[in-house]
Amino acid sequence: MKTMIEFKDVKYIYKKHEGEETTAIENISFTIEKGEFIGIIGHNGSGKSTLSKLINGILHPTHGDVIVAGFNTKDHSKIWDIRQNAGMVFQNPDNQLVATMVEEDVAFGPENLGIDPKEIRKRVDEALETVEMGAYKNKKPHMLSGGQKQRIAIAGILAMKPKCIILDEPTAMLDPSGRKEVMDTIKKLNREEGITIVHITHYMDEIVEADRVIVMDNGRIAMKGKPFEILTQVEKLKSLRLDVPQITELAFQLKNEHLIDDDKILTVNEMVKKLCQ
Amino acid sequence: MSIEITKLSHIYSQNTPFESSALCEVSAVIEKGDFIGLIGHTGSGKSTLIQHLNVLLKPTSGSILIDGVDINAKGTKVRDIRQKVGLVFQYPEHQLFEETVAKDVAYGPGNLGLPENEIVQRVKDAVNMVGLDYEKIKDKSPFELSGGQMRRVAIAGVLAMSPDILILDEPTAGLDPKGRDDILKVIKELHKENNITVILVSHSMEDIAKHVNKIMVMYNGKIEFYDTPEKVFAQADRLEEIGLGVPQVTYLMKELKKTDPLVRDDIYTIDQAKAEIINMLRRRKNA
Repeated sequence: MKTMIEFKDVKYIYKKHEGEETTAIENISFTIEKGEFIGIIGHNGSGKSTLSKLINGILHPTHGDVIVAGFNTKDHSKIWDIRQNAGMVFQNPDNQLVATMVEEDVAFGPENLGIDPKEIRKRVDEALETVEMGAYKNKKPHMLSGGQKQRIAIAGILAMKPKCIILDEPTAMLDPSGRKEVMDTIKKLNREEGITIVHITHYMDEIVEADRVIVMDNGRIAMKGKPFEILTQVEKLKSLRLDVPQITELAFQLKNEHLIDDDKILTVNEMVKKLCQ
Repeated sequence: MSIEITKLSHIYSQNTPFESSALCEVSAVIEKGDFIGLIGHTGSGKSTLIQHLNVLLKPTSGSILIDGVDINAKGTKVRDIRQKVGLVFQYPEHQLFEETVAKDVAYGPGNLGLPENEIVQRVKDAVNMVGLDYEKIKDKSPFELSGGQMRRVAIAGVLAMSPDILILDEPTAGLDPKGRDDILKVIKELHKENNITVILVSHSMEDIAKHVNKIMVMYNGKIEFYDTPEKVFAQADRLEEIGLGVPQVTYLMKELKKTDPLVRDDIYTIDQAKAEIINMLRRRKNA
């Protein structure tokens, strides 16, 4: 099995209490392969979060199917298999830590899976080492910085041995060093542990190293492709309420004035190379 | 409306085992009409500092004068200070509570005991100032608006108090890039047209670079730098050491300087970078 996540013509309608209906997403079809790093961007209200909640069965499609690790999310008997395979990290670090000590928090998931205590001990230690928070296992979560809290949340998911992690704007509330800590951790999990990553963000520079990017607009997929294919469409992205990394914007302007010959530049290093070749 | 902070210290839970020093002898002057960018990593003392400016916290020691008035002196009315100094918290839309937009924005001025027609006028002005159409939106529930609109309504609630000083704690967190630019544009216009002093707390170095005339950098309860953006962003190494960074183009110019020592590295906006790259390419052509 190579496919991790598959959306087949998915539609989701939110029902409000007065019988009103809002279509959050529709006509959504895509597949994510095992081990991929997928970036999802889109304006507020474009359907990104609905998409992520459909992946681990918090929401069920109104129409179509979502298949995760071979299980259909509509199959209620498989919901725990799905959640064990696809863990979620949310935006606010303070809303997802439950215990009074870091290691207890990380153990919460595997405990609920009914795993043997010795195995839990091992998994908790390993997970904390992976996110480089081993030294903090006896600390209180509320004493940690935002970036550290998010890494603890990630460790809590790792202890469930997932194949995939979905992160819904995990860096939105963090300072620059916190953002870097979280991004480094996500990239490491993807590269070294082969974990599939679905990363939702408003920071364009965070998807530069993704394998593929999905751009959402008004509940539909507006663009799909490799980061350089997406991020270099400066005007199109701006029309979708998005933007591009500062370096890419600079490249776009330099190319418009014929000072450089291409604008497929996403990072500082690429720009230095281009200007100094 | 100048702010004069002198040797301001704040110790949380003083004389308990949980005692921790959040601000340590901070001194700074903010002039009327300044647009200040306040940066620093989580826990550096930014929030503690701004909460002192509208008397949500009282100093452990030191003083704050606003237009020469000691805001913590016995005779000073806290209400007057809070009217002068508007503070927009993080995620201010979580504080919306009224049935309609108009009622929500009117809550602050209503508490000032102003006449009804004055309140209505202020609400109208404030809603229009944040770029929303008063007639269209006044009777809507704040909860049926988009995230960006809700945030603007919340900011309007503070503006309706007619503050001379506006402090915003990460006003763009969680907004999409367009929503972020819209809010920053509103703030910039307020600053320019109404001559309001603005203090903007942000984690985005690019946003700070684009808008402010001075940057205050906090680290461990002290002011590490307080200067123009050129001077502050030229300290890239130190900023990284204390958990911050510089705009992407500043990193670029530092790298380019290694190949051409004449390249300036106190550059922080795209326009400046473009001009400097044109200079560099011209030099190279003439060499």
